[in-house]
Amino acid sequence: MAKLRTRKHKVVLARSAGGDAGITVILIILGIFMFLPMYYVVIQSLKPLDELWMFPPRFIVAKPTMQNFKDLFTLMSGGLVPFSRYIFNTVFTSIAGTVGNLLFSSMAAYAMAKIAFPGGKAMFKLVRTSLMFHKTVTAVTCFILMSTFKIIDTYWAIIIPAWGTTIGLYLIKQFMESNVTDAVLESARLDGASEFKTFWTIAMPMVKPGWLTLIVYSFQDLWNQGASMYIHSEQLKSLNYAIQQITAGGIKRAGASAASLVVMMLVPILVFVITQSNIIETMGSSGMKD
Amino acid sequence: MSHKTAEKKAVARKDMTKWQWTWKEMKRNKVAYLMVAPYMIVFTCFTVLPVVLSMVISFTDFNMLELPNIVWLDNYVRLFLEDDIFLIAAKNTFIFAAIVGPVSYIMSLMVAWFINELSPKIRAIVTLIFYAPSISGQVYLVWATLFSSDSYGWANAWLMELGIINKEILFFEDADWVMPLCIVVAIWTSLGTSFLAFIAGLQGIDKAQFEAGAVDGIRNRWQELWYITLPNMKSQLMFGAVMSITNSFGFGAVVTALCGFPSVDYAAHTIVHHLEDYANQRFEIGYSSTIAVILFVVMIGANALVKKVLSKVGS
Repeated sequence: MAKLRTRKHKVVLARSAGGDAGITVILIILGIFMFLPMYYVVIQSLKPLDELWMFPPRFIVAKPTMQNFKDLFTLMSGGLVPFSRYIFNTVFTSIAGTVGNLLFSSMAAYAMAKIAFPGGKAMFKLVRTSLMFHKTVTAVTCFILMSTFKIIDTYWAIIIPAWGTTIGLYLIKQFMESNVTDAVLESARLDGASEFKTFWTIAMPMVKPGWLTLIVYSFQDLWNQGASMYIHSEQLKSLNYAIQQITAGGIKRAGASAASLVVMMLVPILVFVITQSNIIETMGSSGMKD
Repeated sequence: MSHKTAEKKAVARKDMTKWQWTWKEMKRNKVAYLMVAPYMIVFTCFTVLPVVLSMVISFTDFNMLELPNIVWLDNYVRLFLEDDIFLIAAKNTFIFAAIVGPVSYIMSLMVAWFINELSPKIRAIVTLIFYAPSISGQVYLVWATLFSSDSYGWANAWLMELGIINKEILFFEDADWVMPLCIVVAIWTSLGTSFLAFIAGLQGIDKAQFEAGAVDGIRNRWQELWYITLPNMKSQLMFGAVMSITNSFGFGAVVTALCGFPSVDYAAHTIVHHLEDYANQRFEIGYSSTIAVILFVVMIGANALVKKVLSKVGS
């Protein structure tokens, strides 16, 4: 027994020091590789003009300035369409798409996870299979379908497809399956609550991390949308598209374009920082069983 | 689980045929169909139908202007026998996916594993550092600045300063450089959903298992990883693999943004670019759908292969 205990102690707790050091070194190298480009964007956006064109370029800024952000603002107000319109387009489609996605996906997820009905499993299998397909591959046929539905060049072309994303339903269904017990639902049903009521008042409050994750994923996707082949009208285009136009202005706009990248990346990063623990909790049940 | 009780009932009822029982169950669960309907309608219209439609159109010469004729396998024959660019694209896509997929997958897994034993606060910060590039929209454009073709680009400036080169390298316009650089950028943006899934999977493993493993003679952390950790998060490994494969094959927008379209000498031309070229520039929808179908087949094949590899984990 004593022998066993020493062995156990040695193995479980005492990681070899060499291994620890090696892992730390690898982690630091990879961390630098991941972090430096992000850091460089932020530094570039704070550099005054003379530091932007310093040779060789530096990873520090001597006299930080907000001038690039002011330039960005000036460039923004000079366009054909008022810049507030681009902001409105992205914010509006992001919110409308996400709200619909949350309602549709969680309702369907609840039915698939918690009601035994013929075809439910097959439907989920179909959704799971479609995780394998990247949406750029189906963009052309989507375009044909959208023109049949006559929604090309309207907000609907962005909003409606967002209501039925695969990853959202997948994550929330898996999370419901492992976090909502059938007993709770049964007692609500016995009390005479309808399925809709059980879903909304019992199941949904129990899967808060799940729907927060869905909101974050859906929002990130819509927020980062660039030029879309479904939208031609300038006044319907996205913020990201407008910012691309500024970035495309070449070297004289280097500072402003760095500032624009910072502005665009700030929102998804902040959203993730706030919701990180919830997202990780949701991912805990994301596994594919077979 | 209610699912299981329902199935038991199905066996118990001998007085009904399977169809009668199914019909009865369908009527009894009307509300479930009502609940899945909104999602399933949108999902069918914008995810299922496009795939099915691609398959149908791939047998025609549809070009958006005239009524399509059925050409059967002509598109497929042309793709494999006459289209040299497609073969370049297929080769590039294969190299790309074969490097980016596994590297990003193993990197996600290893980093998640390394940070698993850190304190929660530090873990949250490291997670953010590794995850941020994948959610920050077009921040990958910074690589165009770092590797820009003039001496203000960070890479060129330092290589010249150190005397390694004396003339700027046109990184994103040089056929030798575009592919390696795009692979690096792709890996940089690829620690996404699968990375988070791995972190969560590692957190969810019961600590008692490691103690039991130690009793059974696990000697070092690598054995622990192979025999205990990985088998316990197999389902996350599968989910992560699917997400990684999808991303490494659908990667095109970043290449276009960094190298232009088409890239120099088609050096970074992928199947997705080839598809976009025929669809958006030449309007040969029939032909581009053929390319899409090939991509579907390749992705399904890659997933099946990975599933087979993952079934060996822990043995």
